[in-house]
Amino acid sequence: FWLHSNCLEPRNSPALNPLYSSSAMSEAVVPDAMVSPAVGGLHGEKAGGPAVDFSYVGIDAILEQMRRKAMKQGFELNIMVVGQSGLGKSTLMNTLFKSKVSRKSVLATAQEKIPKTIEIKSISHDIEEKGVRMKLTVIDTPGFGDQINNENCWQPIMKFINDQYEAYLQEEININRKKRIPDSRVHCCIYFIPPTGHCLRPLDVEFMRRLSKVVNIVPVIAKADTLTLEERDFFKKKIREELRANGIDVYPQKEFDEDAEDRMINEKIREMIPFAVVGSDQEYQVNGRRLLGRKTKWGTIEVENIAHCEFAYLRDLLIRTHMQNIKDITSSIHYEMYRVRRLNENNTVMAHANGIPEHHLAAHEM
Amino acid sequence: MSKCKSVYYMDKGVRPLSLAGHVGFDSLPDQLVNKSICQGFCFNILCIGETGIGKSTLMDTLFNTNFENFESSHFEPQVKLRAQTYDLQESNVRLRLTVVNTVGFGDQMNKQESYQPVVDYIDRQFESYLQEELKIKRSLHNYHDSRVHACLYFISPSGHSLKSLDLVTMKKLDSKVNIIPVIAKADTISKSELHKFKIKIMSELVSNGVQIYQFPLDDETVAKVNTTMNGHLPFAVVGSTEEVSVGNKMVKARQYPWGVVQVENENHCDFVKLREMLICVNMEDLREQTHTRHYELYRRCKLEEMGFKDTGPESKPVSLQQTYEAKRQEFLVELQKREDEMRQMFVQRVKEKESELKEAERELQSRFEQLKRLHADEKAALEEKKRLLDEDQSSFSKRRAAAQLLQAQSLTANGKKDKDRKNSGFM
Repeated sequence: FWLHSNCLEPRNSPALNPLYSSSAMSEAVVPDAMVSPAVGGLHGEKAGGPAVDFSYVGIDAILEQMRRKAMKQGFELNIMVVGQSGLGKSTLMNTLFKSKVSRKSVLATAQEKIPKTIEIKSISHDIEEKGVRMKLTVIDTPGFGDQINNENCWQPIMKFINDQYEAYLQEEININRKKRIPDSRVHCCIYFIPPTGHCLRPLDVEFMRRLSKVVNIVPVIAKADTLTLEERDFFKKKIREELRANGIDVYPQKEFDEDAEDRMINEKIREMIPFAVVGSDQEYQVNGRRLLGRKTKWGTIEVENIAHCEFAYLRDLLIRTHMQNIKDITSSIHYEMYRVRRLNENNTVMAHANGIPEHHLAAHEM
Repeated sequence: MSKCKSVYYMDKGVRPLSLAGHVGFDSLPDQLVNKSICQGFCFNILCIGETGIGKSTLMDTLFNTNFENFESSHFEPQVKLRAQTYDLQESNVRLRLTVVNTVGFGDQMNKQESYQPVVDYIDRQFESYLQEELKIKRSLHNYHDSRVHACLYFISPSGHSLKSLDLVTMKKLDSKVNIIPVIAKADTISKSELHKFKIKIMSELVSNGVQIYQFPLDDETVAKVNTTMNGHLPFAVVGSTEEVSVGNKMVKARQYPWGVVQVENENHCDFVKLREMLICVNMEDLREQTHTRHYELYRRCKLEEMGFKDTGPESKPVSLQQTYEAKRQEFLVELQKREDEMRQMFVQRVKEKESELKEAERELQSRFEQLKRLHADEKAALEEKKRLLDEDQSSFSKRRAAAQLLQAQSLTANGKKDKDRKNSGFM
């Protein structure tokens, strides 16, 4: 698809050597798809000839333009946290974003009771760092896995996720569309695994199996400070095996690796998941520095120390390196799958209403 | 079964929050940029101008390459468009550039329909994007965007005013594409004439309601330079790929006996301004405007034309899906009706044919009967004749027999007489 072409010398290159190189001006491939020969209209041709270039054109300025535009527009990120109560979800969110983003901090109601049904609570925050503005939405699911009978507890969550896709789809197919469709789709779902040390529970398997098909799931081992390093490694290995055995593809998904470079980076990550995390929003003095941690009688666990827990890896993955990738997978893969399903659904419904067999509909794609 | 209660705080009361430390999402723009670098960029320029006005040369000069064009003839019967796509790369940025040139623009005797092929081309690109967007299984992220992002309209350096062809064409295009007018071959105009020419052109554009592309002023970083540049429109450009040595450098220039016009000298022409504005500062904005303004307008018009609405008869919001379904139902009903019609028509034709054939059969039958009767008659007649003939024959044979008998009798009688005579003769 992308043919390598001649390189234009950058501005500060002193020598004015014309590049009559082997990398001649690459052909346009002008395949039929690009230039359609229409009646009395268009015919495309290939380009050829040697490249003669002496100075700077300025094409790479587009990167700067793009960056400026992105900064001006701001970013959106929607994270969902799922797990039983008491696993430290709110604390972890606060630690990740270094501010009180969790539901408990916002909703003053001292609601320490476990709700009778699963609720979905989403709260948005505007945060800014070095000129980059982000609208962060944290979606909490209190009540998940807390009932006696937890069958179908993923359903409300699944419904919520699909509702967001639906809202986006409806906006997208409007005639008069907004300039920028508000994106409330769940980009990432962090699933908290209790640190039993043995293996995944049926609830975990069931949930992740179903939801990994519609959203990016990042499993984490919560409260990992109850596991020793050996127990942790064993636990992680067991979890990975079980995920593989059940065909659960968590983020970064193997099937969405784009090229060898991607695969290499993602393999390294895949060997580390699930991340064993510890959250804390309290600072302690350690070796003369103030660090986030948990202080116990036998020592202080430093949250951001990779020798202690893997919080830093999680943070780097989610925020510093793969955030854009997570959003892209949500919009170009999960959302598109939903859209295909939804649009096909309508066709079949219609067909059955009219008693017309489905194969007649093949031609009537809009 | 667990129930769900959703509580949305999303659109109301988004809390502003301050961070207690470095989180790290300031790398987001970099992540975005990196992704774009991997994907590459796409930019499509449409050049409209008369044959020989310098479109190809300007493109070559602008992008510092030789796009291998050849001269077109002046005798094209109709305006055509020629599109060529190139892959360029500068440092780590890959650009897929498509340059579309008009061929034969302004050459015909009757230029009334000159703008139509251009409008059609632009619409076709919008249409193909729309089709892709409406597909069920679509791949928008891999889609090669062929929509025209910028249209350079080349104005002849007459020094007086715009031609009516220019006005008509630009008016037709201003709602479909970002128009950037340029004065071509600006080295034929003197500085003072140029100034007057520019003012005249801009006032004519304004008085005719032509909306050319204004460089955006909403971003403070570039607002200042864009405002200045907006005041220099239309850019008076000179293109050249030939090098001339000036001082101790080789520069792109046109050499005349009376001097050298340097392309990249801002005192000589506005080429550098054009390059700045088109590529270095506003390329992304041009793409964005095309997508969010021109394409959306096209999409809206097209879908409304097809009968879709956002609100139904009771002005309740009607989704595209519902309209589509209603339309499809309509369509299927129509299809059914047509099928029935056709079937009826077929049946009728068959009946007609059948009766025709029956008619023919009857006719044949009657003819046959007639012939039979004729034969019978003739046969009867012949029989009659035969009978008469037989009768004749029999009566004839009777008479003959009778005659023979008579003859025989008379012979014997005569013989006797003869004998007698003979005998008597002796005496």
